[in-house]
Amino acid sequence: MIETKGLRKSFRSRQGRSKKAVDAVRGVDLVVAQGEIFGFLGPNGAGKTTTLRMLATLIEPDGGEANLAGADLRTNPGEVRRRIGYVAQGGSTWDESTAREELVLHARMYGIGKAEARQRAERALEAFQLTEYADRKCKTYSGGQRRRVDIALGIIHDPKIVFLDEPTTGLDPQSRAHMWDEIRRLRAEGMTVFITTHYLDEADALCDRIAIMDHGEIVAEGTPAELKREISGDVVLVTVEGSAQDAAKVLETEPYVTRLETSDESGLRLYVNDGARDMPQILRALDTAGFALSSIELHRPSLDDVFLTKTGRSLRES
Amino acid sequence: MKFARDTWLIFQRQFLLLVRQPVWLFVGIFQPVMYLLLFAPLLKPALQASSNAEAYRIFVPGLLVLLAIFGGLFQGFGLIAELRAGVIERSRVTPVSRLALLLGRSLRDVVSLIAQAIIITLLALAFGLTVFIGDLLLAYLLLALIALMTSALSYGIALVVKSEDALAPLMNTIAQPVLLLSGILLPLSFAPGWLQGIADWNPFSWAVDGARALFAGDLGNDAVWQGLSVMAVITTLAVTWAAREFARSVR
Ligand SMILES: Nc1ncnc2c1ncn2[C@@H]1O[C@H](COP(=O)(O)OP(=O)(O)OP(=O)(O)O)[C@@H](O)[C@H]1O
Ligand SMILES: [Mg+2]
Repeated sequence: MIETKGLRKSFRSRQGRSKKAVDAVRGVDLVVAQGEIFGFLGPNGAGKTTTLRMLATLIEPDGGEANLAGADLRTNPGEVRRRIGYVAQGGSTWDESTAREELVLHARMYGIGKAEARQRAERALEAFQLTEYADRKCKTYSGGQRRRVDIALGIIHDPKIVFLDEPTTGLDPQSRAHMWDEIRRLRAEGMTVFITTHYLDEADALCDRIAIMDHGEIVAEGTPAELKREISGDVVLVTVEGSAQDAAKVLETEPYVTRLETSDESGLRLYVNDGARDMPQILRALDTAGFALSSIELHRPSLDDVFLTKTGRSLRES
Repeated sequence: MKFARDTWLIFQRQFLLLVRQPVWLFVGIFQPVMYLLLFAPLLKPALQASSNAEAYRIFVPGLLVLLAIFGGLFQGFGLIAELRAGVIERSRVTPVSRLALLLGRSLRDVVSLIAQAIIITLLALAFGLTVFIGDLLLAYLLLALIALMTSALSYGIALVVKSEDALAPLMNTIAQPVLLLSGILLPLSFAPGWLQGIADWNPFSWAVDGARALFAGDLGNDAVWQGLSVMAVITTLAVTWAAREFARSVR
């Protein structure tokens, strides 16, 4: 449904006097299947939005090609526009119009007739639980209501693919859960959904497949389960009373520790093959060296651990 | 066909949003009426006109051209607000015609200018202006061209600079010499030769001359077709350029 090859984009921006080129996206190859929720995970500035904007025909790639729902991005952007929907990170509604007006207008911009556009708007308002506010100006909406209007706009013309740039950022947990349901419903209708997110739990729970992006490149790709399986073993989180650096020196030499990261002043992240078996040994080693523990935790690797091993940084920190 | 439909769609939307702001109506009418009431009485002696009617025949067309220029030039601010709200980006992912995105907006500006012009003309008629309806309509056409040009320019520039902070000084810098050198408020026939020489290079001074000839009932005057042609050419260029800016990537 979506296929990209070597998609590239760099921006020339002025920094004081000198001009500097930012390589926002450096060669992205992706294949997304029909009816899939595909997640794009990455820290701020990774190039997620830039990739989406290229695929949505908003900016021209410097290089590479892409095919969306059978239409070629370079040679036939008009057809691409007809087949996709795009919901921008920053929203897209006008303060002084109402949700209903926005939906009707947007449908009509896709060439849909007046009566049909009204019906579609009505259906979308219902589906996104907006009927109650439909005729109020958008400036009176809450953040979550406004976000729902954005998404309703993006799919008003029944696109084959919809791009959602951070659809849940700024929503409270309940609205977020609602939004997940909406997105799953789109998939159930056969739509291919491409979302970006900062939330690991979201990528994990919602997405069929994910790609982790960092510095304009895709560093890992697969189902959440596959990616986590790539990191064999378990993760043990240790907090000591005292310096984590010193504790790290003690544990580094232990044979069962495959990898070790200090996460803050007193926290350590240990990758081991079998947590249940190795935890007592960790305790013993620290005890012998005279470290007092404030906590120890065992858990299965998360997407954050995947990110950490692929990029050497934690997604939460960056 | 699709293009006409798209333009109409954008025009409708923009027009609806405009009439929802009654403030616009107030400001748009208050200002020119002030000019008419407070400035015009000075004219007759200053222009050494023989009657009020004659003074208005010189002043009113200049005032209308002034409104057309300024009304258009400051439309870009609204577009920057739309850019910021994401409305333009949302439009650009649809297959809607890019020229329609521009023209729908600019035509709204033309319509609101013509509405203003009609009010001012009616008032001036009450004060003693006389003008033939055919000439008047042709003058309105000239005004429509000017408004179309300046609003298209303003939208194009807004898309390039993308910020109010840059747009405001830029527009003032453009507007000032245009205003001073077009003989809008007073005819340049009073000006020294070198100043008239420079003014010949100001396209709006051709427009003002044309409008004045029309208000004077001098349809056969060369200034009429010259003014109309100069405006038509520049308007076409401005619209073509601004529509390209709508098609190009913006952020
Ligand atoms: N129009 C632009 N001009 C200059 N630089 C840009 C432009 N757009 C994006 N960039 C730069 O390109 C890089 C990637 O930006 P992008 O918006 O794609 O990141 P992102 O992954 O969407 O981040 P976030 O999670 O914060 O939304 C950043 O370094 C950004 O500063
Ligand atoms: Mg982004």
